[in-house]
Amino acid sequence: MSALECRRLTVGYGDGAPVLDELSLDVPDGAVLALLGANGAGKTTLLRALTGLAPVGGGRILLDGADLTGLSTEDRIRRGLALVPEGRSVVAELTVEENLRLGALWRHRGPARTRAVEAAYELFEPLARRRDAAGHTLSGGERQMLALARALVAEPTVLLLDEPSLGLAPLVVAQLLGVLRDTAERTGLTVLLAEQNVTGALSIADRGMVLSLGAVVADRPAAELAADPALRRAYLGF
Amino acid sequence: MERFVFLLSNGLARGAVLALFALSLVIVWRAARVVNFAQAAMAVVAVYAAFALTAASGSYWIGLLGGLLTGALLGAAVERGLMRRLPNRTPLPGMICAIGLVMVLQAGLAIAFGPQHRPMRPPFSESPIVIGGVPVLSPYNLFVLATAAAVMGALALLFAKTSLGLRLRAAAFAPETSRLLGVRVPRMATIGWTLSLATASLAALLLVPVELGLNPHSVDLLFVNAFAVAVVGGLDSPIGALTAGLGIGVLVSLVTGYVSAAAAPLAVLALLTAVLLLRPGGLFAAKEARTA
Repeated sequence: MSALECRRLTVGYGDGAPVLDELSLDVPDGAVLALLGANGAGKTTLLRALTGLAPVGGGRILLDGADLTGLSTEDRIRRGLALVPEGRSVVAELTVEENLRLGALWRHRGPARTRAVEAAYELFEPLARRRDAAGHTLSGGERQMLALARALVAEPTVLLLDEPSLGLAPLVVAQLLGVLRDTAERTGLTVLLAEQNVTGALSIADRGMVLSLGAVVADRPAAELAADPALRRAYLGF
Repeated sequence: MERFVFLLSNGLARGAVLALFALSLVIVWRAARVVNFAQAAMAVVAVYAAFALTAASGSYWIGLLGGLLTGALLGAAVERGLMRRLPNRTPLPGMICAIGLVMVLQAGLAIAFGPQHRPMRPPFSESPIVIGGVPVLSPYNLFVLATAAAVMGALALLFAKTSLGLRLRAAAFAPETSRLLGVRVPRMATIGWTLSLATASLAALLLVPVELGLNPHSVDLLFVNAFAVAVVGGLDSPIGALTAGLGIGVLVSLVTGYVSAAAAPLAVLALLTAVLLLRPGGLFAAKEARTA
């Protein structure tokens, strides 16, 4: 069964040509799907359209079979979607603890909220040492950990990540991807991971999907995709 | 010395009202990134409502409650009916619309109630209490200080300790990120405007009885001084509004007492200019974010 489906999704900005033109995809329940492609392929636009932040010109978005297409961003999140956007978007003025509590607000109440936040600290120990630090004082790696932890405390059905490795040291990237893979295996979380770090993304993914100019040009098991030199050269640049 | 103590205590009471009004400007700035130039005109509508209710019921307290409710409802109505519908990529449309609203509200009040000053009686005596031969605060000034302290304390608790306060702060600082965390940002804007106008109305209700009386422009000077307070403190900073409000209240009182009333606005202007030159973001502006 698919956790997330797009049916003939068309997304564009203004009067220009659509960035995504009748794109269809399925993300199976509990799978980690790597969404790959060069700059401008439409990865970020797809994630923003899924969460209601980019204007959808046509098509449908289904989460566990329920149509999300006409819903606001807030309602999509409350139905079980979560997006960690590109750029480590923590709320810089709030502390680490407040950011995590904010992520848990609509999902948990009272002691359950505190337990969810503590569970996030166990996943990302560096954050536990900085729980009272303001977001703007964190390093890039800590911010990315916080953004991911904050998405996880809401216990989403489908987690969308937009280039979480951007600008981070290889060690931090490996740690983040490891936590992501472990969490997906442990909880059955479905993940759609948009990445330019092809090797890293395919190392934890079940499947890989390559976007080019807003269209899907390949959708295969991750290992098979990683082993196809022609496809890598044509669409992924290495 | 006696004179200094008297001016200082009066300055603190006046400063508390300034701080309250400045805090209301900070709340609306944080909720909508708009300097609400209509804050005074909207607050004076609430004072007229309080005036009418007090006249009808004979009770100051019913008038006060009704005025606060009117201010809060007006804030919510202006956000939902007007501000939300404006383009929000820059603050300019909101500011222009607010200036238009000032003209509409003040003209409407003048047509409905006339331009004359209507006396409003404070609920407590304005005669200063004498302690050890030194006149200090009047009972009304004590009421003003206690009310302002209670409201500012309650707002501080709301923003710092409650989940509503957390959502309000997050929606103000990072609207898109907040939406991605399930926060209903438009609803937070409405609540921000409601809180802001209730606070501004309270400040106006505390001030008008000790001024010349009520007319459509009664709160204009309070707005000008409170705007200076908010800029000096930092438009994003409630602590800045409180500190600068009390400081400027005392400054105005001392300059008025020792120099002249005409020199007081110049002293505020000089302070504002100095702060803008030395710390353009205000004395309590947020620290720069780490970028690496």
